[in-house]
Amino acid sequence: MSPARPAAAAIGDAPWNKHVQQTKTLGDWAVDVIIFLVLALIVVLVLYPLWFVVIASFSSPTAVSTGQVTLLPKGVSLEGYRKVLEDQRIWLGYRNTIVYTILGTAVNLIVTIPSAFALSRKEFKPRRVIMFLFTFTMFFSGGMIPSYLLMKSLNLLNSMWVFILPGAFSVYNMIIARSFFESSIPEELHDAARVDGESYFGFFFRIVIPLSGAIIAVIGLYYFVGHWNDYFTGLIYIRNQNQQPLQNVLQMILLANQANQSGGAATSMATMTSQNFADQIKFGIIIVSTLPLLVIYPFIQKYFNKGVMIGAIKG
Amino acid sequence: MVATDKKVAMNAGPVDVRGNIEARKHESIFRRLAIHFKLYWQLWVFVIPSIAFVLVFAYVPMYGVQLAFRDYDITTGLTGGKAVGFRYFQQFFNDPMFKEILTNTVRISLWTLVMGFIAPIVLALLINQIGSSNVKSFVQTITYMPHFISTVVIVSMLNIFFTPGSGLLGRFFGKTSLLGDPNAFTPIYWISEVWQHVGWNCIIYLAALSSVDVALYEAAKIDGAGRLSLIRYVDIPTILPTVGILLILQMGSVLGVGFEKVWLMQNTLNITASEVISTYTYRIGILDNQFSYSTAIGLFNSVVNFFFLMLANFISKKVSDSSIF
Repeated sequence: MSPARPAAAAIGDAPWNKHVQQTKTLGDWAVDVIIFLVLALIVVLVLYPLWFVVIASFSSPTAVSTGQVTLLPKGVSLEGYRKVLEDQRIWLGYRNTIVYTILGTAVNLIVTIPSAFALSRKEFKPRRVIMFLFTFTMFFSGGMIPSYLLMKSLNLLNSMWVFILPGAFSVYNMIIARSFFESSIPEELHDAARVDGESYFGFFFRIVIPLSGAIIAVIGLYYFVGHWNDYFTGLIYIRNQNQQPLQNVLQMILLANQANQSGGAATSMATMTSQNFADQIKFGIIIVSTLPLLVIYPFIQKYFNKGVMIGAIKG
Repeated sequence: MVATDKKVAMNAGPVDVRGNIEARKHESIFRRLAIHFKLYWQLWVFVIPSIAFVLVFAYVPMYGVQLAFRDYDITTGLTGGKAVGFRYFQQFFNDPMFKEILTNTVRISLWTLVMGFIAPIVLALLINQIGSSNVKSFVQTITYMPHFISTVVIVSMLNIFFTPGSGLLGRFFGKTSLLGDPNAFTPIYWISEVWQHVGWNCIIYLAALSSVDVALYEAAKIDGAGRLSLIRYVDIPTILPTVGILLILQMGSVLGVGFEKVWLMQNTLNITASEVISTYTYRIGILDNQFSYSTAIGLFNSVVNFFFLMLANFISKKVSDSSIF
C-alpha cells in the first residue's frame, strides 16, 4: 500500500506538469474504493438499527420475532400503536415533558444568550474573573449528594422547577454562543450602533439578536434535546408518579421486566406470544417518544455544522 | 428610560472610557467602581442571572462537599454536623466493594474513552475524503442522528435487540441474554456508546479539516503525494492541536462514566461488572440515605478526575504548547 510511489516517479520527470497529478494512480483508485466501502458500511451500521425499529413497529409481532422482517414491514399491524396511545401513563409523561421542555428551554435561552453576549464584550473587564468562575464548574462539581441536599433545602424535590432551574445555565453552551458573538459580530457594528446612540440593550436586541438566528437555533436545540431526554432529574428528585417526565415513564414501561428477561429464555408458547406483543408495544413507544426530535431534526440540521464549528474552532 | 440609555451610551466610547480611567487613577476605588457600573450596568444585568445560577447550583454544592468530612446532621443539612476527618474515605477504601467498583469504573471508562476518542477521528478523516458535498452531508446527517436519542431508548433498543432467540442480535447468541453476562457488559457499553456518538463527535474534526488551505493539498500533490500521503502529511497534522485539546478534556473524565446508561443497563446478573462509582454513590446515598459516606465517594471521584485533567494539561503544555489553562 504505497500509492505515493508511482505518482512520485511520474512527477519526478515533470514536477510542474499539472496533468500528471490529475491522473489517478492505481493506488489512489484502490484507496477510493476502500474509503467508499468503509463509509457505506458505517452508514448501514448506523442506520439499520433505527430503520429496524421503525419497520418492526408497523409489523406483526410474530413476523418480527421469527426474523422475517428485514428491510420492509411485514404483516402490517398497528396494534402496538393502538395500545401505546391508549396508555394514560404515556400521555401524562408526554404532557409533563412538553411543559418542562418548553419552559426549560425558554429559561435556558433567556439566561444563556445575554450572558454570552456580555462576556463577549472585550471592554467588559470583569469577564475574565467571571469566565474563570464558570469554567471551573465544568471540571469540578460538588457531586450528587450535596446537590440533592441543596434541592431538598430549596424545596425543589417533587417540584416541576427542579427540571428548569438547576440546569438553567450551561457553561458549555454559553461558551459556544460567546465564540459566535466574538467571531461573527463585527466590531464595526458596535461602533456604528454607539454612534447612533444605542445602549448595550439597544445594540443587543436590535442588532445582535436578529443576526444570531443560527446560534440561537443550535443552542436552543441542545437545550431542547437535553430536556426531552432528561432521565436523571426525574430519577433523583421526583417521587410523585404524576410528575414524572416521559423518559422516566418509558423506563418504567420499557425496562421494568429487564431482569426477568435476562434470567432465562421464555419457553412456553403463551409467554412467547405475550413477550412478542410486549416488544411491539416497545417499538411503538420508542417511535412515539422520539417523534418530536425526528420532526424538528431536518429543520435544525443545516445549522449544526455552522453552530458547532463556531464553537469548535474558537472554544 | 430611553433618555438614560442614550446618555450612558454616549459616555461609553472605549477611548473615552480608557481616558477617563487613566485620568482617574488617583481617585478612590469607589469612584472608579461607580464609573464602571455607570458604563456597564447593562452588561451586568445580562450576566447576573447566569452568575446567580452558577453560584447557587454549582458553588453551593461544592461548599457542601465538606459533608464528606462530617457526620450528616438533619438539622444543619448541607454544612454537616460533627467533623470526623477522613473517616468516610477510610471506610470507602476498606469497603469490600472498593476494588470491584474501582476496577469496573476504570475498565468501562478507559474502553469508552479510547474507542470513543479514536473512532470520530477516523470517521472525520474518511468523511473528509468524500468529494461530492451532497454525499458528504448525507453521511453526516445519518451519523449524527443517534446522538439525539435518549439513553432510556438506547438501552431499551439494546434490550429488545438482545432478547435471546428472537432479537435482532440475540438470536446469534444462544439461549441466555448477553445483557446478563458480566463479560459482555463493557463491550456492549462502549460499542453502543461509539455507535451513538461517533458522528456527532467527528464534527469538531471536520471543522478543523475544513480550514486546510487547498493550496497545501495542491503543493503536496505536486510533490507526489497520493491519497494516503495527503491524509498522513496534511490532514492529520491539521487536526493534531484539536486532538490534543480534546484529549486533555477527556482525561478529566477517567473516572467519569456516565451514570444514566450504566444504571439503566445494570441488572442482578451483570452487577459484578457494572457497579461503578456513580451508581454506587446513588445506591448508598439516595437510596440508603448514607449522605456523608456517599459524598466522600463522590468527592474522591471528582478529585481523581481533576488530578488527571491537570496532569494531562501539564504534559500537553510541556510537549505541544497547547493547553486549556
